[in-house]
Amino acid sequence: MSGTAPNPQLPVVQRVRIRYAKRGRMRFTSHRDFGRAFERAVRRAQLPVAYSSGFSPHPRISYAGASPTGASSSAEYLELALTRRCDVGQLREALDAALPPGLDVLTVVPAVTGALADRLEASDWQLTLPGVPLAEAQRAVAAFLRTDVIEVTRKTKKGPRSFDCRAAVVTLEAGPAALSPEAGSECAILRLVLRHGTPSVRPDDVLAGLGEVAGFIAPVPPLSDRVAQGPLDTATGTVGDPFV
Amino acid sequence: MTAASLFSRLEPLLPGVQKPIQYVGGELNSAAKDWDAVDVRWALMYPDAYEVGLPNQGVQILYELLNERDWILAERTYAVLADMEAVMREHRIPQFTVDAHRAVAAFDLVGVSFATELGYTNLLTALDLAGIPLHAVDRADEHPIVIAGGHAAFNPEPVADFVDAAVLGDGEEVVLAISDVVREWKAEDRPGGRVELLRRLAASGGVYVPRFYDVAYLPDGRLDSITPNRPGVPPKVHKHTLMDLDSWPYPRKPLVPLAETVHERYSVEIFRGCTRGCRFCQAGMITRPVRERSITTIANMVQTGTEHTGFEEVGLLSLSSADHSEIAEIAKGLGDRYEGTNISLSLPSTRVDAFNITLANEFSRNGRRSGLTFAPEGGSERLRRVINKMVTEDDLIRTVAAAYSQGWRQVKLYFMCGLPTETDDDVLQIADLAKRVIDTGREVSGRRDIRCTVSIGGFIPKPHTPFQWAAQLDAETTDARLAKLRDALRSDRRYGKVIVFRYHDGKPGVVEGMLSRGDRRIGRVIEAVWRDGGRFDGWSEHFSYERWARCAEEVLANEPVDVDWYTTRERGPDEVLPWDHLDSGLDRSWLWEDWQDALHPTGAVAVEDCRWTPCYDCGVCPQMGTDIQIGPTGRSLLPIAAVS
Repeated sequence: MSGTAPNPQLPVVQRVRIRYAKRGRMRFTSHRDFGRAFERAVRRAQLPVAYSSGFSPHPRISYAGASPTGASSSAEYLELALTRRCDVGQLREALDAALPPGLDVLTVVPAVTGALADRLEASDWQLTLPGVPLAEAQRAVAAFLRTDVIEVTRKTKKGPRSFDCRAAVVTLEAGPAALSPEAGSECAILRLVLRHGTPSVRPDDVLAGLGEVAGFIAPVPPLSDRVAQGPLDTATGTVGDPFV
Repeated sequence: MTAASLFSRLEPLLPGVQKPIQYVGGELNSAAKDWDAVDVRWALMYPDAYEVGLPNQGVQILYELLNERDWILAERTYAVLADMEAVMREHRIPQFTVDAHRAVAAFDLVGVSFATELGYTNLLTALDLAGIPLHAVDRADEHPIVIAGGHAAFNPEPVADFVDAAVLGDGEEVVLAISDVVREWKAEDRPGGRVELLRRLAASGGVYVPRFYDVAYLPDGRLDSITPNRPGVPPKVHKHTLMDLDSWPYPRKPLVPLAETVHERYSVEIFRGCTRGCRFCQAGMITRPVRERSITTIANMVQTGTEHTGFEEVGLLSLSSADHSEIAEIAKGLGDRYEGTNISLSLPSTRVDAFNITLANEFSRNGRRSGLTFAPEGGSERLRRVINKMVTEDDLIRTVAAAYSQGWRQVKLYFMCGLPTETDDDVLQIADLAKRVIDTGREVSGRRDIRCTVSIGGFIPKPHTPFQWAAQLDAETTDARLAKLRDALRSDRRYGKVIVFRYHDGKPGVVEGMLSRGDRRIGRVIEAVWRDGGRFDGWSEHFSYERWARCAEEVLANEPVDVDWYTTRERGPDEVLPWDHLDSGLDRSWLWEDWQDALHPTGAVAVEDCRWTPCYDCGVCPQMGTDIQIGPTGRSLLPIAAVS
């Protein structure tokens, strides 16, 4: 064995950013599950992805702001380094075809703006709460917004951890479901804009916070769906497009 | 029987269970076929957790080739974890398939693959969750036919109460033959119900239907006889052997899971069978003769398999992969083809004497050097002769010297403890061998960071092997012997930290031994253990020796047999063994002679491999109408233009 680094790899000539969805039954993929599936799709699609050097070369893919296991999302982002310039339209089609249905490639753009992770300042979530009357959801939301600090506890691998879930909430409102999932059953919808930060506050934590301040309990596990992720407009409390 | 998807009921519950991804299906290359468009429907079960079961080659092969027929549908089901079992019981969700989330009870057939006996309790959980009566005799016409396969099915007697049928050997052709029989019977509007269907399957001689055989016992507990109890049922059931593996290049499109599983690679079986003749090895005995895939078929499978999956690692599987007649050409050819790509090749299961450094270098061209593992199995040369694993200490030292001098730093050695005629001294020689390995490594490499892992498994006598008559070593003696070995390895400070010693205590082996050579009376023990909460017995964190021992004592209280009777008792030549009516092709008198050769007072008699020496009359080829199928073909591989 020589003294040079093993497996010298081709240089990166282009970086592309990808917006993808994780939905349907694929919402149960964890971040790691998605990573493996994506790397295999890249190889099946025979994309000229760049690899790291070393004994154990890895494809150069940067994931940013992945949603929790069980949440669906149509606003997931990653960046991919390529060793050959590609047409982003063709790349989108090839990659989407190589991924299972439910993991869907929505948009591919050349990376031009600043670091992707820095562009993802906040998320817009829609939480579907089957079995919850709208009035009850509205009452809980009002109580939540009136409170300045709401401590919640989350189970982590290192044991329970307590933190404030209120400060990260930019906007929160309750509305009726456009279409009730089952005729006759009640269903409320929460719209929630969450600022990213440390500790990162997730929709589940906000639901726990609603329980803290208003004794709110969802009878059925709610469905969290990330609608948008990107720069936060603090004036309007809205989430923009990170590609613009 | 309804076959609607259960997914909408399951979905709201998934956020509350561990690793929900294992229950959702949707894997790349999985099939979604129209229920009503087919004649025969199989639910294929691997009775362990999804992460273990999904990569199983046997299930993937059958899944793919059944689904290729437009009149057959196959879906998969796995053992659900404890938290999911609780959720399913609470919400009355039955055992489901992961493909279309259909109730397992709605299928015509449930095929369960037993790679090990430790999956038996998981079958009971699945049947119970499915709403299928545990006992085959209690099932009605609407229930699926439950068929066992896999290596453990070569003695299916312990699960004879729970399965309707068992098949021995290669599954490819027999699943299609069974499907044909089921289709015909259904087309005739199911004459005679399930008993008639089972009778038709049994009449072929290739499907074992336990209920059609009566077992009689002697007063001392030994078996007296196993005889058919109805006309048209053959006294012996034969195993299945697939010939010409080149015409069965499966899996072509292996499943690519979303969840993390135990093997994340594309595996190609480069040959099936092994005739090295290691006397402890059930796999080598029951899969004879050797049938190779040709270099060109292997290369085509590697190419299409990696293209269809995106896997980066390719495993060239077999029972002793370096024994392929063209392994050097395969290694070089594939190494050339995939040079400069990120596809890596691995060669599990290599014999010390067949291994050479050129081969090892071909398999690590892209810089990935996994550790090397060798299995001398026996600690002393005398013992290796007893088990007919004729690897000399000098062979091993030569091989590890080559490996260490070529840059490898770590070697793993695998041994067994409790082999017939073994003494403390045989096992203590493992310590001397390991130290010599380290010394050699340090000498040839000139380095101090040389490591060696010594891994020990307990020997379990298996049916259809020359050691099927042997006494299994009791757990206490096994543990005491391994404690002495551990002390011997740790006593010398020069080696203490560089030799890693891995072993398990002897108790789980006792249960496995009882299940391996058990008869129908053991079925009641399995059921009692399962009712007591026994699940996932192959997982050390779930396995309870105390539970198995207690249940066996209770259930067998009024029988003249107990756990020791099944395990530590040596059998005589005339004893009827529970699997004597199941024909693996091996001649019983040859097996007995080979057992006696192992015990020969002046040293064990060697058996050579029949691939390179004349036939030694094990009986398989004439009995099964098969033949050795090996190369060389003389063909070589060219670069593929498409590989980038």
